[in-house]
Amino acid sequence: MADENEEQQTKGLSRRQFLKNSGYVVGGAVGGGLLGGVFTQNFVGTTSDQTNTDEGTENESPEQRTQARMFFKRQEDFDVLSAAVERIFPDDDTGPGAISLGVPYYIDKQLAGEYGFNSREYMQGPFFEGAPTQGPQSALLRRDAFLHGVRSIQDIAENQFNESFFDLEADDQDDILEAFEDGDIDMTGIASDEFFAMLRTATIEGAYSDPVYGGNLNMEGWRQIQYPGPQMAYTDAIDGEFEEIDPISLYDHHD
Amino acid sequence: MATELPRKEAAVIGVGWAGGIIASELTKAGIEVIGLERGAERTIDDFIMQKDELKYAVRYDLMQDLSKETLTFRNDRDMRALPMRQLGSFLLGTGLGGAGVHWNGMCPRFFPYDFEIRSQTIDRYGEDKIPEDMSLQDWGISYEEMEEHFAQFDETIGTSGEDNEMSAPRSTEYPTPPMVETPAIRLFKDASSELGLHPYQGPSANLTEAYTNPDGQTIQQCQYCSFCERFGCDYQAKSDPIITVIPTAKETGNFELRTHANVRSVSYDGERTDGVYFIDTRTGEEFFQPADMVILTTYVMNNSRLLLQSDIGTPYDPDTRTGVIGKNYCYQIQTSVQGFFDKQFNMYAGAGALTGHVDDYNGDNFDHSDLDFLHGGAIRLVQSGLRPINTNPVPPGTKQWGSEFKEANAHYLFRTLSIGAEGASMPHINNYLDLDPTYTDSLGDPLLRMTYNFTEQDRNLAAHQTERMQEIMQEMGAGDIIANPDIGDYNIRPYQSTHNTGGVIMGADPETSAVNNYLQMWDCENLFVVGASAFAHNSGNNPTPTVGALSYRAAEGIKQYYENPGPLA
Repeated sequence: MADENEEQQTKGLSRRQFLKNSGYVVGGAVGGGLLGGVFTQNFVGTTSDQTNTDEGTENESPEQRTQARMFFKRQEDFDVLSAAVERIFPDDDTGPGAISLGVPYYIDKQLAGEYGFNSREYMQGPFFEGAPTQGPQSALLRRDAFLHGVRSIQDIAENQFNESFFDLEADDQDDILEAFEDGDIDMTGIASDEFFAMLRTATIEGAYSDPVYGGNLNMEGWRQIQYPGPQMAYTDAIDGEFEEIDPISLYDHHD
Repeated sequence: MATELPRKEAAVIGVGWAGGIIASELTKAGIEVIGLERGAERTIDDFIMQKDELKYAVRYDLMQDLSKETLTFRNDRDMRALPMRQLGSFLLGTGLGGAGVHWNGMCPRFFPYDFEIRSQTIDRYGEDKIPEDMSLQDWGISYEEMEEHFAQFDETIGTSGEDNEMSAPRSTEYPTPPMVETPAIRLFKDASSELGLHPYQGPSANLTEAYTNPDGQTIQQCQYCSFCERFGCDYQAKSDPIITVIPTAKETGNFELRTHANVRSVSYDGERTDGVYFIDTRTGEEFFQPADMVILTTYVMNNSRLLLQSDIGTPYDPDTRTGVIGKNYCYQIQTSVQGFFDKQFNMYAGAGALTGHVDDYNGDNFDHSDLDFLHGGAIRLVQSGLRPINTNPVPPGTKQWGSEFKEANAHYLFRTLSIGAEGASMPHINNYLDLDPTYTDSLGDPLLRMTYNFTEQDRNLAAHQTERMQEIMQEMGAGDIIANPDIGDYNIRPYQSTHNTGGVIMGADPETSAVNNYLQMWDCENLFVVGASAFAHNSGNNPTPTVGALSYRAAEGIKQYYENPGPLA
């Protein structure tokens, strides 16, 4: 199915050409979706095995018991999400990345609840496109925006590279994400830069929120930025110099 | 049909700082008060697990549920107003204690200049200094008359502070000592002093020691834990209405509190009110609460909205510049400068109102003869305690995600300091509030419509303050500095401040103001409208102490009216 010549050409394209093609390809996404379905079958097993191996001995920890999907039904969608948030917050010299911090599960849990349903926001019509100063005016719920977003990412990967997003080289993944960030991808009901901003913010939240929400596993997100978490008091430290303090979490406040 | 409840002497609508102060003062004087609060009851026990940035600071747990009620916004009258669908620019409170529960606790007073801004500007610079489209007005009261009320608010909340020659004069000492000077604040203050300015520790409602107020309520000592703004204080160390004035009202035995009571209109026969209509939000049942006196103490926007919905007072008309309800809506002009340092600072620790504060470019403390704006604003370094989701400082040009971002964020998180300016907002003929013709709340009532943009005055003020802050940041020894002197158009999306003011402004003349200087409606003598809605403009300082002082002033008026009904001015 994959035409190697065509793939080589795609990889060699200039960024401008790539973006131009991306816009075109999203319009004809149906074929890509079907194609993706075929590839996905091959990936479910490997990706899951990969994750399990990475987590190693932590499999039995109570945190891991919270790692099952509540919102994302399809494994492929979740794998695309995972690969995307890992590019936004990668495992590197600074510390663990989004996947080992549990960020994909954090986002899954958020989308299953009030955040995903925009339940404390004004969602009555009529809807009009407003000025940028008027704030978000989308009728699309976040749970639908995320599904639409990860599938758009996957469509582009399949159509442009003939591979699933989660199997692309990091640089190619970044190119796709940058196209979203720049607002160059056609989406329905939401601009691609809005979607990317939402994805980025959710990733930061998952890395730095209290572990009670399923991300920031073992407070490793906080440790890499030297954030001490919700300490009860700093009365002794307030007039002093910076000191590194081992973090605590809400769990430590709980009797 | 609305169920009619037993008559009360006074009905207070909205139980936050203003409603709590009115309720405590009236009930202490033996007046029977019912407080109608649209939100839920709230106690200190609600805040045991509150050190949670995601739940409170990002997901706005203590704020208004916009699915039920919001407002619409446009920058100018040619634009279609659209709903504020998500919170952002300002954070509306709800529930017992209102926005007074989730404030930072900054307590600077407004200046004598603020209350007589039009007269003093004309005296010092001539009438031409005031632009034709700036609806600048005196407040119908002087600082000298207000001072005792400011003092009463300070005594009630136990303000921690330090005297300063640039701030408003005081008749009493601060009840508690100033907050701790941290290394970052010391650096800011030293640099400011080098530049000839007069820095001091900002006045704070995060108390430096346990304090029992004249009503017998105790506020505890701040632990500098960094969870103030957007949070309720789990230590009872940040003064708020639920640990001060509301318990005081309850202890008198004259206060009845009814929560989940959303007031939709004030009953009005063209001269007087005889009560209010409300919905119990748990059942949808409609009630009529009869009262001899009605006091609106809801947040700024809802005071205007309730009057407009109830056909009380004349709505402001920007074409003719007549009418008063919705007039002089103001905000604040926030600018900041970030500096990146080699050294790490203990910015994880802090308190909402822990600040080094400079008033040299605030009010009329500096000569405006050659400047193209009036007023100014507080400049300060705030150490409210850094939280990592909402604070990701990286130097200019850094990519906002990926390894480059991660590395820079980890390195600079505690090596970045910000100085902020809280610029005054002057009223403009085209900035106002009215009712939206299209969008409704969950009960079918029209939403309030905000028409607002920054003016030339605002932009000039922001640019000036940004330059001054850059000078201080350079003196502090920052490497890279980020400063944006151009504030552009007002944008309702990014958080700026919950310092919305105006709409039901006070003054000496019924033609140009909605309430007199006791906050009694000119058009309805047994209706008082209390809160920052009464501000004829917004100063370069935080509004809460002035809201508190005006509430004590209004309480005096209401007690006088109760004894001897009639117009108080």
